Amino acid sequence: MLTSSSKKSSLTWLVHLSVFLLVLIWTIPTAGLFVSSIRDKDQLSVSGWWTALASSEQKVVYRTPVPDSQIQEADQYVLKGNLFADSNASVSAFGFSSLKPDAFVVGSTATMKKGKTLTVQANGDYVVTSPVPFTKRGQRIFYTADVPPRFTLDNYREVLGSEGLAKSFINSLTVTIPSTVIPILMAAFAAYALAWMRFPGRALLLVTVVGLLVVPLQMSLIPLLKAYNFIGESFGVGSKTYLGIWLAHTAFGLPLAIYLLRNYIAGLPGEIIESARVDGASDFDIFRKIVLPLSFPALASFSIFQFLWVWNDLLVAMVFLGNNEEQLVLTGRLRELLGSRGGNWEILTASAFITILVPLAVFFALQRFLVRGLLAGSVK
Amino acid sequence: MAQLISALLVMCIGVFGCALYFYGANLLLDYCFPAKQRPYDVIARNLRIRNAIRPWLFIGPAMLALGLYFIYPIIDSVRLSLFDRSGEAFVGFANYQWLFSSTEFFESFKNNMLWLIVVPTLSTFFGLVIATMTDRIWWGNIAKSLIFMPMAISFIGASIIWKFIYDYRSGDDTQIGLLNALVVFFGGEPVAWITVPFWNNFFLMIILVWVQTGFAMVILSAALRGIPEETIEAAVLDGANGIQIFFRIMVPQIWGTIAVVWTTITILVLKVFDIVLAMTNGQWNTQVLANQMFDWMFRGGGDSGRGAVIAIVIMVLVIPIMVWNIRRANAEMEGR
Repeated sequence: MLTSSSKKSSLTWLVHLSVFLLVLIWTIPTAGLFVSSIRDKDQLSVSGWWTALASSEQKVVYRTPVPDSQIQEADQYVLKGNLFADSNASVSAFGFSSLKPDAFVVGSTATMKKGKTLTVQANGDYVVTSPVPFTKRGQRIFYTADVPPRFTLDNYREVLGSEGLAKSFINSLTVTIPSTVIPILMAAFAAYALAWMRFPGRALLLVTVVGLLVVPLQMSLIPLLKAYNFIGESFGVGSKTYLGIWLAHTAFGLPLAIYLLRNYIAGLPGEIIESARVDGASDFDIFRKIVLPLSFPALASFSIFQFLWVWNDLLVAMVFLGNNEEQLVLTGRLRELLGSRGGNWEILTASAFITILVPLAVFFALQRFLVRGLLAGSVK
Repeated sequence: MAQLISALLVMCIGVFGCALYFYGANLLLDYCFPAKQRPYDVIARNLRIRNAIRPWLFIGPAMLALGLYFIYPIIDSVRLSLFDRSGEAFVGFANYQWLFSSTEFFESFKNNMLWLIVVPTLSTFFGLVIATMTDRIWWGNIAKSLIFMPMAISFIGASIIWKFIYDYRSGDDTQIGLLNALVVFFGGEPVAWITVPFWNNFFLMIILVWVQTGFAMVILSAALRGIPEETIEAAVLDGANGIQIFFRIMVPQIWGTIAVVWTTITILVLKVFDIVLAMTNGQWNTQVLANQMFDWMFRGGGDSGRGAVIAIVIMVLVIPIMVWNIRRANAEMEGR
């Protein structure tokens, strides 16, 4: 279509290649997050996630167990053991001082102060000997090892448990479910009235809704925060309640909901509605029995929008739900972790992946409705 | 778990309550103005009254919510911008004077303008290019789906994803951030990207471009498919090449859609807050208006006057687009 047939095949290849590259650029960031979240945290902190399948070189300090396990062989006291608990890594070099952590090759024997010796084998077996009994803490062993790639769900276990992600997950659901469902009915009735009923001021109301579509949330925050605080104080309840955030999300979602649904409902065939009116059906019956069932696609589109928006929202949650530990939603928790665990990528990546899991599932399952809603909301 | 059950319960109560309100209000209306077994003139009058009242029953709850959460706060924000930090003492235009004399504001305003130019441009450009290319290959839908995916990710999640890419390790440590690893691979020196003034703004913008390109692509792709085939065939017959067809035939026909995409992303950019908060919190000269406003809302117990002034600046920037939207909607309704 674009050009003459002689150039066509090379151009097609170029298109395939460019799209492939673009897709790669767009997916790699998320892929990196996922791969990192299931890597062993020691490996994650010393090597890039793209090397996850290669074995990594680690410099580690190990301290032998307390001297209880020492045995006496001839005139020497001996400590034996293995550096690795469960993995099959291999040691390449070892040492006994932090100044020269890789001074000795595996299999050789290092002589330390006071006649002590240290031997480390490639498989991690070590032997420490001493002419006098070991008394104090265990001997420190520095070693460099090639560790095979290790994938684990430990990061997820940790963030869900001690970092409180599980709690936040439930909080997010608590905020999201009512905030998604409640605006739909309100908006549907309003949309029907705006589309099919005649009353003075209808055009003005429509214009208001279109105008409110783009009003920045920032404009509403300060007065609402003050109002919430005032109501909280007057009634002796906290100002940061789930009820408060449900109402806020409901109201903030209404302009888009009304706009989307009105466009859809106004596009329904007028003959059906007129003939129902002629047959004596009231507007309430028409809405309930004809309009609502027919508007299912638009209702689905809006619910997906609203769900993604509420689940991913940070601003409204921070203003109306606050930062207290008990009510922190996932996005708020992520923000807190960014502050407190900024360098612990195993925590951050696992937490972020848990946070984006639900929206991604919704996205891939219901993409059709999302696209339809986007088109209805913008192209007209 | 109990909390989740209570959420579900609230959802049911909310939906049930809504339904009950609409049902009950309608029933009440029909009861108060009966249309049966009355003289005809009474029936006619009652039906007229019913039809006059019923729309307001339908639209009432939504209007109440919009009034409480949009109209009242907008008016109150304007009022608060004339008051001091606690919102009690009238200070005239002192907050505005502060705003226009503070370097902090000009920095964030300048950055916001940069965002406004770069993000919509790049998103729309990439969206258009990807939409055009994916429409002509067999796995185009899969490609689109993957590029669209970041739309589902929260800004704060996206920030973590990209912060990991920009990660910087000092000295000879192995770089675990993709960008610095690439730089080192090609023999360069690693850089702490998000702390380099001016350019760090662009590293933050990339995140939003990454999220929004999918949106632009989906909308523009639908518009491209709506272009009548004959116009392109005619151009081919007249000997136009690919580039000419794209810029002279296709783009002019979807000009309206491009404008819609552009303005939608512009609005989003004006409200961008999470990304800056998560990546730098305005440090290293990356402050933007929305984050600055949030900052003033809570800084030192909160300064509602200054916060409100910044909110008003954002609002004023949005107004041209709002007017344009309303005009478009009006034209469309008259055409119906």
